[in-house]
Amino acid sequence: MSRPRPIPGTTLFDGEQAIKGYALNKMCYSFNSAANREQFKQDEDAYCGRFGLNAQQREAIRRRNVLDLIAAGGNVYYLAKFAGILGLDVQDLGAQQTGMTKDAFKAKLVAAGR
Amino acid sequence: MARIVGAVTTSHIPAIGKAIARNLHEDPYWKPFFDGYPPVHRWLEKVRPDVAVIFYNDHGLNFFLDKMPTFAVGAAPEYRNADEGWGIPTLAPVPGDQRLSWHVIERLIGEEFDLTTCQEMLVDHAFTIPMALMWPGTGPWPVRAIPVCINTVQHPLPSAMRCYKLGQAVGRAIESYDEDLRVVVIGTGGLSHQLDGERAGFINKAFDIEFMERLPADPLWAARRSISELIELTGTQGIELLMWLAARGALGGEATTIHANYHIPISNTAAGLMVMERRAA
Ligand SMILES: [Fe+2]
Repeated sequence: MSRPRPIPGTTLFDGEQAIKGYALNKMCYSFNSAANREQFKQDEDAYCGRFGLNAQQREAIRRRNVLDLIAAGGNVYYLAKFAGILGLDVQDLGAQQTGMTKDAFKAKLVAAGR
Repeated sequence: MARIVGAVTTSHIPAIGKAIARNLHEDPYWKPFFDGYPPVHRWLEKVRPDVAVIFYNDHGLNFFLDKMPTFAVGAAPEYRNADEGWGIPTLAPVPGDQRLSWHVIERLIGEEFDLTTCQEMLVDHAFTIPMALMWPGTGPWPVRAIPVCINTVQHPLPSAMRCYKLGQAVGRAIESYDEDLRVVVIGTGGLSHQLDGERAGFINKAFDIEFMERLPADPLWAARRSISELIELTGTQGIELLMWLAARGALGGEATTIHANYHIPISNTAAGLMVMERRAA
């Protein structure tokens, strides 16, 4: 599979990522349903097992670590539904991925408008 | 014959839905964003569209990676949304226009756009938030809708030029329809933003401003760029400007800006809005 020139800090969700992340993304897609979100909350590890997540993916879910989830093949559109269960918004995710406080991350966004 | 009355392009950030529900239009954070919309409402009252053709991208509500269409056209009697996993409010179903949908589908496939056709289709915030922004309130929708979904989830994405040409073909399809209908084309998404990776929070005001300035008269300025170049310039989700290019393509011809607004930030995003009409010949 050929890949375009890499963009720093960016993982394009291509075929290679799609192969790697299928189970993880399928689980996150299931969170469209409130009943599934409830089942996940009741026993996270069993739920991960049902979808066949590998050890790397389970660990990234357990640690709620977005960069690790992406490295494990997660696609941001489906991961957003996992973040929803945790009550995290996109600024929480941005802060975590950039190693900033949420306030500092928000200030960075405001500064982009100047 | 059906006629395109104009194009509206707008951001579709999920947080807008919550702000509408909480009536935050005058809140200092939201005011510069919502103040962009009353001129659109007045314009819509003037042009009175019967149908809205909406170019949008699904964010993992209707389509999963098991079957991911590059281009999908709705042909359903009505379109419903769902909470998407984060408790997004559900709206009244938006009525479809199946006869026009199938006309568009036939024309597009006749022009060698190999589509996925959907007689059942959940529409996500990228469809519903622009609807709520265009036609606020709780009354019945004043338009029927035809959703056209463009894949931005699974790379490779269709090229910007292909999306622009899809839009052009949709425009030709509409204008070859035998009913006297007024049609507005809507492109939703963007502008620059990136949610994922160490580059999260990326915004490119200079590019967005130039993009909006050039879109009416010189859409190819953006459309001829590669997907990876556009992502570098606008962020991984900034690529949603593909919807703007498709809507601009559908409008066709020479266009002119009727109204525009741009505000940073809403959530992690540079929020953009344009109303364009075809320049009188
Ligand atoms: Fe989006």
